[in-house]
Amino acid sequence: MEALISFLAAAIVAGTPLLFATIGEIITERSGNLNLGVEGMMLMGAVMGFMVGMMTGNAALALLAAMIAGAFGALIFAFLTITLRANQVVSGLTLTIFGTGFSNFIGQPLVGQIAPEGIRLFFRPYTIPVLGNIPVIGPILFRQDAFVYLGYAASILLGIYLYKTSKGLNLRAVGENPGSADAVGINVNLYKYVHTLLGGALCGLGGAYLSLVYVPAWQEGVTAGRGWIAVALVIFATWNPYKALFGAFLFGGLDIIGFRMQGLGINVSQYFIDMLPYLVTIVVLVVVSMKKSKENAPPKGLGNAYFREER
Amino acid sequence: MIMPMTIRAIKKSEPSRLKAATIRIGAIILALITSSIFILLLDLNPANVYMKMVQGAFGTAYRARETIIKAIPLVITSLGIAIAFRMQFWNIGGEGQIAMGAFAASFVALNMSDMSKPILLLLMILAAMLVGGLWALIPAFFKAQWGTNETIVTLMMNYIGLKWIMYLQYGPWRDPNSLGFPKIANFTENAILPKLMGVHIGWIFALLLVAAVYIFLNHTKKGYEIAVIGESINTARYAGINIKRTILIAILLSGGLCGLVGMIQASGVNSTLSVEVTGGVGYTAIITAWLASLSAPVILVVSILFAALLEGGSYIQTVFGIPESAALILQGIILFFVLGSEFFVQYKFILVKNQNSVKKEVV
Amino acid sequence: MKNNYISMQNISKSFGKVVANKNINLTVHQGEIHALLGENGAGKSTLMSMLSGVYTPDGGSIFVKDKEVRFAAPKDAINAGIGMIYQHFKLIDVLTAKENIILGQKNGLFLNQRALTERIREMSARFGLDIDPDKKVYDMSVGEKQTLEILKVLHRGAEILILDEPTAVLTPQETEKLFKIMNRMKEEGCAVIFITHKMNEVMEVADRITVLRKGETVETVHKNSTNPKHLTELMMGCAVDLSIKRIETEKSKVAMEVKDLIAYNDEGVKVLKELSFSIYAGEILGVAGIAGGGQKELCEAIAGLQPVKQGEIIFEEENLVGKSPSEIIAKGVSMSFIPEDRLGMGLVASMDIVNNIVLKLYQRQKGFFINRKPAEQKSLEIVKRLDIQTPGINHPVRMLSGGNIQKVLLGRELDSKPQVLITAYPVRGLDINSCHTIYDILNEEKQKGVAVLYIGEDLDVLLELCDRIMVMCAGEITGIVDARNTTKEEIGLMMVGAVNSDIKEELS
Repeated sequence: MEALISFLAAAIVAGTPLLFATIGEIITERSGNLNLGVEGMMLMGAVMGFMVGMMTGNAALALLAAMIAGAFGALIFAFLTITLRANQVVSGLTLTIFGTGFSNFIGQPLVGQIAPEGIRLFFRPYTIPVLGNIPVIGPILFRQDAFVYLGYAASILLGIYLYKTSKGLNLRAVGENPGSADAVGINVNLYKYVHTLLGGALCGLGGAYLSLVYVPAWQEGVTAGRGWIAVALVIFATWNPYKALFGAFLFGGLDIIGFRMQGLGINVSQYFIDMLPYLVTIVVLVVVSMKKSKENAPPKGLGNAYFREER
Repeated sequence: MIMPMTIRAIKKSEPSRLKAATIRIGAIILALITSSIFILLLDLNPANVYMKMVQGAFGTAYRARETIIKAIPLVITSLGIAIAFRMQFWNIGGEGQIAMGAFAASFVALNMSDMSKPILLLLMILAAMLVGGLWALIPAFFKAQWGTNETIVTLMMNYIGLKWIMYLQYGPWRDPNSLGFPKIANFTENAILPKLMGVHIGWIFALLLVAAVYIFLNHTKKGYEIAVIGESINTARYAGINIKRTILIAILLSGGLCGLVGMIQASGVNSTLSVEVTGGVGYTAIITAWLASLSAPVILVVSILFAALLEGGSYIQTVFGIPESAALILQGIILFFVLGSEFFVQYKFILVKNQNSVKKEVV
Repeated sequence: MKNNYISMQNISKSFGKVVANKNINLTVHQGEIHALLGENGAGKSTLMSMLSGVYTPDGGSIFVKDKEVRFAAPKDAINAGIGMIYQHFKLIDVLTAKENIILGQKNGLFLNQRALTERIREMSARFGLDIDPDKKVYDMSVGEKQTLEILKVLHRGAEILILDEPTAVLTPQETEKLFKIMNRMKEEGCAVIFITHKMNEVMEVADRITVLRKGETVETVHKNSTNPKHLTELMMGCAVDLSIKRIETEKSKVAMEVKDLIAYNDEGVKVLKELSFSIYAGEILGVAGIAGGGQKELCEAIAGLQPVKQGEIIFEEENLVGKSPSEIIAKGVSMSFIPEDRLGMGLVASMDIVNNIVLKLYQRQKGFFINRKPAEQKSLEIVKRLDIQTPGINHPVRMLSGGNIQKVLLGRELDSKPQVLITAYPVRGLDINSCHTIYDILNEEKQKGVAVLYIGEDLDVLLELCDRIMVMCAGEITGIVDARNTTKEEIGLMMVGAVNSDIKEELS
């Protein structure tokens, strides 16, 4: 039991960077933009967060820098695909190339350095009064670091935003059918820009969690493909931030289960376990398409540029 | 709402080729200027850097050969991707198809090394194309059967393929004679592609395939059917085209070409199988295929230029001691500009003065 | 004393080289229904798109309640009290009626669902509209969607309503209901602009009429001082006979017989319910019905595109059910099917004429390669015979005008000398002259002994052109009537499901 609880608590930690990137990509795709540059934006956030953290020792400034860096990556993507109507897939892939170069370049002098003590202390596990003492659930969910709590809050807030507010409703309309959204007076391009940038900022935070808390040191390619898992998770969660919360922690668990199983003497190659998130995503995608469900389908406008006067 | 002047974009009725070329070249020049700022930040002379890049790519026969070796996988993978993209099947699984092709070729190379060279190489090629094709066929089947989004499935399958190679490299295929180093045994001599004019014969394959794919897409019934499906599934249905079969055939070809790249890289370049066999070509080729507007001859040109960018990039690393990542950033910047420039090829701008409605063409 | 709600002065707009609007003037008063009349391509929709902020005019001014306005986006038009109801509904399928209504409005941070439901109820009662606020759009009928669109703009406080060809997809009964709603809006003090090309509707509901022709204003007239003939002349620019001639042929042998046809769609819904009918050589059999009544599935079943669960389609003593589309094409059944999106099926928009002609030729070629030479020859012939206006046979078809695109499609289909020709909505979106060209072509084929199945939406045309009219509702045949002695009202009733049993038995 103890082992299971500690495993699940660790799964939440491993899932947190995935969670930020996933909800970031959810909000981006909800606006109709398929940004495959998640990995690049995470890396940009990871390196800028780490660098500013090293320079200032201030956690808040580090996170702010990570968000700005992620949003900057998203801005390039947004400008290319929204204003210049470039192909989204190709632009996103290019963003990943750029982001990888950017993070390796900035991070070169930082390689091997450990996150400053002030920040590590700031993000040490903190037991939430009352909630943290609930048996089983408490130690799993509520004895985590502040960054994890931020992840919970961000997902729930995003869920409320999407499903309960009028702006969220407008956003869903933009992603589904930009032409109709435009006709009722929604500023389609503004919505696309704002949410793509916000999505980039969240991806940046996901990267910063890796470099500042999870590792916590700078190493090249610190995201190790987690950006692509996030792209998969968006589908697994059927574009729903609440389901993303569950999915990210599930995939986080898959990320660490190999080591745990080896500890228990069960020998399954880590590489096969690493395949699981991708396999699960494919299965989800195939099942969703077999059912032809109208509710769990991707936003209909996903991947297409919108131009009002197109004839 | 008062706006004294607004700029509006209007779709051009038919972009002229000359203008399109001018705009694209203009974009590259702008990209180089932007990159110059970045280079200046590194305390280097941009003109000098660019010159060294050209030298690095084509300066000596050796470097030109290196550039061509880099271009070969790009050309063939781009051709494979172009077939799929013509059908609007977004195959971004080149990476995984290359890896699985390399896996199949290596399986043959490692287990049947006593065969004569031509037969062994032929078997490796066939195995690589078959397995690469089958790997691509999985998402194609889902797409044909249930309309499952192929963009994400092909992407996911890249990682499954690469993890599989990693498993082999660190597990069952690990060479016991490599002193604990996680690597797979080198191929025997008769599993290595011969060289012609100093470059492994993959370049001949690449040239032949450019011609073959060009003819296939433009002058065969299947090529025509692929284009019709790409433009309108309903029209294809209406004309009695067997859509499922055509999707499967096209993607089998697309994946088969990517698989062939895996064989060429494993045999001609690395002489073994490793996770580095793909080298990101599966992604880069998407960009080159797209920039070449999915046209086979243009793919050849764009791929060579892109390989020159890579090769020149790695040369300036050694000359100026700048990190490898700087080359990636330059690559990214140039691509951003070229991608953005398509807009100016497709649209023209009209300056509208709202007061007296005077129109003025800007571009 | 009438208040000017809208005044548009000297409005111009062009798309590339195409001039859509040229110095157009339009004035609409409070409390009137103003019809905007003109044939397809006259510039009605473009003009209204500028009034609703979708397009920006190249020149001219717009006044709302005597104040000059400049709309940069639809939002500005909505704020000025203008509500547009598009021909293609601008609704979000996965959202409910309520969510669609509130979309894009400033009403606090959170959605107040309960208050909204209340307001919708209140407004529905006031304007005589009927809607379930919690129904998802994808579950709605066409009529419901239109009601929702109207409610949507009224909820935004629209005082000026623009309806773009609202009756095109409605049954005669639904049209009557819509006219009642329009009159109710007029009584409430709104101004209603009604875009149409149907004369009888104009005469029934409009107060004043502005006629457009080729992108220019012809004249604004009062209903009481005009008549349909006069309006037609204004619209066409000359006196024309708009009646469609029906060529009388001898009733001859059965060309195709459909027996107890049953089919299900992808979602497992029964879309064709035991259809039985015959079509004779040398007749035009019209098919009427509201959209989604099974017409599309019927066409596709005959062409081999829609899987058939049960039943037979007998053509030349052979059952077509179970044959592949290419086998059916080879047998001489040709289908030119034009769905809402003209280029969506049958033609490849971005390809040139030759590559579109090749579509029905290449499969008969032997070998691996494609030979475009015969198609080039055919393209030249078709362009010449049907007088297709194009810069050349290597011009992408999407660049052609609607009428010319239609001729390319028909030209290709007729080239294969079919025994049975199926056309669905072949004149949708065409100008009047092009429509008549198409009718003439169909009549010509009929005279040659071809059996023509004509899926139409304009009941007036069906009544004039066809020999018999088959009415479908929800996948069933509700009646087959002789076009010479039936009425629109009778067909309208059958369109909503009233079975005309005696006639059905007698003719089928």
